[in-house]
Amino acid sequence: MDNPFIGRDVISILDFSRKDLEQLFRVSREMERFRKSRIDVLRDKIIALAFFEPSTRTRLSFETAAKRLGANVIGFSAAEATSVAKGENLADTIRMLDSYADLIVIRHRFEGAAKFAAEVASNPVINAGDGKQHHPTQAMLDLYTILKLFGRIDGLTYAVVGDLRYGRAATSFIYGLTLFEPRKIFLVSPPLLRARTEVLEHLRRRGVPFEEVDSVESIIEEIDVMYVTRIQRERFPDPMEYEKVRGAYRITLELLEKGKDSLKVLHPLPKVDEIDHRVDSSKYAAYFEQAANGVPVRMALLALILGADLESMGVRL
Amino acid sequence: MSSEPEATLTVSKIRFGTVIDHIPSGRALNVLKVLGIRGREGYRIAVLMNVESKKLGRKDIVKIEGKILMPEEVSVIALIAPTATINIVKDFRVVEKRRVEVPDRIEGLLRCPNPTCITNKEREPIRTKFRLVSRNPLVLQCEYCGTMVSEKDIIELLGNGIDKR
Repeated sequence: MDNPFIGRDVISILDFSRKDLEQLFRVSREMERFRKSRIDVLRDKIIALAFFEPSTRTRLSFETAAKRLGANVIGFSAAEATSVAKGENLADTIRMLDSYADLIVIRHRFEGAAKFAAEVASNPVINAGDGKQHHPTQAMLDLYTILKLFGRIDGLTYAVVGDLRYGRAATSFIYGLTLFEPRKIFLVSPPLLRARTEVLEHLRRRGVPFEEVDSVESIIEEIDVMYVTRIQRERFPDPMEYEKVRGAYRITLELLEKGKDSLKVLHPLPKVDEIDHRVDSSKYAAYFEQAANGVPVRMALLALILGADLESMGVRL
Repeated sequence: MSSEPEATLTVSKIRFGTVIDHIPSGRALNVLKVLGIRGREGYRIAVLMNVESKKLGRKDIVKIEGKILMPEEVSVIALIAPTATINIVKDFRVVEKRRVEVPDRIEGLLRCPNPTCITNKEREPIRTKFRLVSRNPLVLQCEYCGTMVSEKDIIELLGNGIDKR
């Protein structure tokens, strides 16, 4: 079968079509078989992980995915440990990695860094987070998780809660939903952290039903999926203001019990105290499973982009 | 110039050069600025501001003797004076009239207002790229960071005008 992923960059979730993602999810499902073993389809490949910004899950799940596919991994996990600390620019760092490796995964605090890296590099570049803008592989695994939980992404009602202004995971998740047919998306945030103009514009252009609301309480009965993100203290000029909103966005077991029985809570993690610990072991919590799904989805993505011979290993494309 | 009766009363025609007409009133100096004209280049220049206009009520006009505008220069003018018309004059006669039109893609002219856009990072070999989202009202979007820019922001983002060739 056709592989539309070969050699492609992954900068934004919007670079992909619904059909592309459905293929990615089918291959991800097959990759689950190799979660605790190996499928040596990328034996001769080297993957560079260029993390200029801290990360736990994203970096480790990329590394795990690469190793389960038999690839080698090089890279760094803090800009301080590289020549960037000596003043080297991004373009030169990328050129060097491009000459060593077959694919580059990059995280950077500047918006557009991954797009720029892709322009400089001749090998494929995957964006693992660029500032507040995009985190496409997170959105891929979020949507995959929903597909596994509900059997569909269409027709569900979503609430995206927290920092919608600076949160790249929330932004990419919203963008990702617009490739499908959600029944409705509630954007739940304090006024200071509302989704950015370009995100709202995109929702309007795509004709996706959405509504901006201040509290989860008022919509809890309507939603199927609650996507929670962290509200960072440093976003608030006034600490008093932060203390005020913090409580209003805390997800408790009592709150969830007012919702549908089948309600699921997702979170890109790390979480601090925005979700009550008692939720962790409840039927609502889907975030640990979501984090685990990062590995098969990234395995599928790496294998497809690098054109691995999956079919000879019994994996249908 | 029959379309500017008031102007011809006070300013003589030019022999060879460009007349930028129908500039929204008060923007003539911005037009000069984005063209990178500071006054020391030696061109003979006439700037008319707030003169009567049938179309606009009031308008500005800029006449530049000795300079024919390049297509890129015409595009920059479109960003701050979308109503402007460009007349190329040779031997006192208008030999070409051009309407200004914002191009679908604008490279290297505008600064991105987002301080953490990669195009604002020091020492990177990168030019800004904006995509035209809407002509009326004028809305542009940074291709790197997604930031939307509207007409009122543009004058400020043009900085010091286009690169000198």
